[in-house]
Amino acid sequence: MKTIATLVAALLMAGAAVASGPQMRMDPAPIHRLDAESLQRGARNFVNYCLNCHSAKYMRYERLTDIGLTTAQIKDNLMFATDKIGSTMNVAMTPAEAKAWFGQVPPDLSVEARVRGADWLYNYFLAFYPDSSTVTGWNNLVFPSVSMPHVLWQLSGPNKLVQTEYDSHEKAEAGAIAIKGLAKVEPGLNGKWYVRTVSPDPGAPGTMTPVEYQAFVADLVNFMDYMAEPTKNRRISLGIIVLMFFGVLFVFVYALKRSYWKEVH
Amino acid sequence: MEKLLNWIDARFPLTALWESQWGKYVAPKNFNFWYYFGSLAAFVLVLQIVTGIFLTMNYKPDAAKAFESVEYIMRDVQWGWLIRYMHSTGASMFFVVVYLHMFRGLMYGSYRKPRELTWIFGCLIYLALMAEAFFGYLLPWGQMSYWGAQVIVNLFSAVPVIGEDLGVWIRGDYTISDITLNRFFAFHVIAFPLVLLGLVAAHLMALHEVGSSNPDGIEIKQQPKDPATGLYLDGIYSHPYYTIKDLVGVVFFLAVFSAIMFFAPEMGGYFLEANNFIPADPLKTPEHIAPVWYFTPYYAILRAVPSYFNSQFPGVLAMGVSVVVFFFLPWLDRGAVRSIRYRGTLYKSWLAAFVISFVILGYLGVVPVTVWGQFPESWPILGGADKATVVARILTVVYFLFFFLMPWYTARDKTKPVPERVR
Repeated sequence: MKTIATLVAALLMAGAAVASGPQMRMDPAPIHRLDAESLQRGARNFVNYCLNCHSAKYMRYERLTDIGLTTAQIKDNLMFATDKIGSTMNVAMTPAEAKAWFGQVPPDLSVEARVRGADWLYNYFLAFYPDSSTVTGWNNLVFPSVSMPHVLWQLSGPNKLVQTEYDSHEKAEAGAIAIKGLAKVEPGLNGKWYVRTVSPDPGAPGTMTPVEYQAFVADLVNFMDYMAEPTKNRRISLGIIVLMFFGVLFVFVYALKRSYWKEVH
Repeated sequence: MEKLLNWIDARFPLTALWESQWGKYVAPKNFNFWYYFGSLAAFVLVLQIVTGIFLTMNYKPDAAKAFESVEYIMRDVQWGWLIRYMHSTGASMFFVVVYLHMFRGLMYGSYRKPRELTWIFGCLIYLALMAEAFFGYLLPWGQMSYWGAQVIVNLFSAVPVIGEDLGVWIRGDYTISDITLNRFFAFHVIAFPLVLLGLVAAHLMALHEVGSSNPDGIEIKQQPKDPATGLYLDGIYSHPYYTIKDLVGVVFFLAVFSAIMFFAPEMGGYFLEANNFIPADPLKTPEHIAPVWYFTPYYAILRAVPSYFNSQFPGVLAMGVSVVVFFFLPWLDRGAVRSIRYRGTLYKSWLAAFVISFVILGYLGVVPVTVWGQFPESWPILGGADKATVVARILTVVYFLFFFLMPWYTARDKTKPVPERVR
């Protein structure tokens, strides 16, 4: 049995290894689910920059008390429209207007972090660069031809796409690792390989330094991750208690079984 | 208390039922690890029914509201998130437990005479469970729910002549729609749970009629009775011995279950798929549609079989046969012994090959066929073919050979003599 299991595991791993061909290297999102201040800043960022076009129609304002805000704070700082504290984060723009302005309706963001994952979102916000060939004038290394413009460009500056050419896949992979951040390895012509990344443009800085901007995005992503599953912290803390309970219960039940089965053996 | 029981027994065979089905049911004393999964399957069934009842109280089977109502359960309903996670984790764990339970049957020859009907009821439970899972998966009305259902119903449309009408009949519409959602809801919350409960009762009654097999494959009913206890030499009462032993299994299972549910309810995208957090959109086909993990071995078989005259039907047929073939095991197996403990190398090798095929096919059913790339164009025959498809084809053949060659290799196998008493 053991040999079969090892063989199966080895085969599966071989499959996984081959599967990781030319791919995207992403920075892990530097977020922490228990960092209430980060979540509060993220809520502010979300309401100020995202909620104009994107709704979060399953998220109630009132729920923000989860991340340490009082209802007064929520009303005074995070609610602009005539919404009630118990209402969800809706958007004034109608779907028809959105379609006319952006070509498609901006997706609801309530559970977006569960669709994309926090790492993807974090890198996405760092991956915008100017591209004159698109309708919006922006493109994105993580989500090519995305229809969303770079809403945060005044904060980050326009950034620029940096492309390095390598003459083999191995060298390109090594080059991508050396970037220590977002990097996309793509095959080019004549056996060449490209590593693409997005870097700040020193000639056109934003109102934030790159480090400040990364922190801004991290807070935003942290909030979106919270919003996608507001019960996550509760789930994990309850899980620890439940597991300890079953651990103790197991000891007793097992002892009971041993004592009954003595007479069988 | 005893008076009440006597009063009932005079009018309804309560004590007789309890004693025949469990209380005085005599089982072999040598059940090992693999014998926990039957009671665990029953436990998960109850868990699914109870959590399902509470979900039904807040879920709305309406294409415009279904996705929203699931998020409402996750956010606004008291403990709704826990009930929903219990149900979603329970669905996958049901299949984990059932697959292990079925593998136990293969290893120890539990399906052999006189337990053919127990096995057949079990296979019917497995079929009903697949239907139950399929109908239930549409209900969250996410992208994977929608497109997964679209793909599976289209399989029925591949049946020659009647296919198109069959598809419309199942959906109640020309595509998956609100109408489909409503009928799948009905099937999921009432029709198939009733079928499952009935089949489980039949499965257990058949088992308790013939008696349990065991890891040695010895028929304990052929043993003499111990004059002191009046039981067969290797038999013990289920109650309290297996009641308590199964309780240990349930508590251990609950710990594993909780670890998944509280710390990784998505289970890396296998139990809850990321794309299913996008509301169903009939106009936007996802790039990669894969069924949930428990269907993927069959899905891989479906994809492995080449289409014939532009029809997917041969693949659909192969997939159907790969499930239905389990029913015939009691008659395919001609081995002199039941248990793998006394089988020869032939059966052991075939079983190992089958398990490996099943697991790798399961993996291949999750990933796109391009996952391992293609063979170099310069290769004869295989040149340019997807490596994963070729591997899936080989494994599909192995999968079927395990069953179709069984009469031959089990009969020829060099078996060891089975002892009189259990080990």
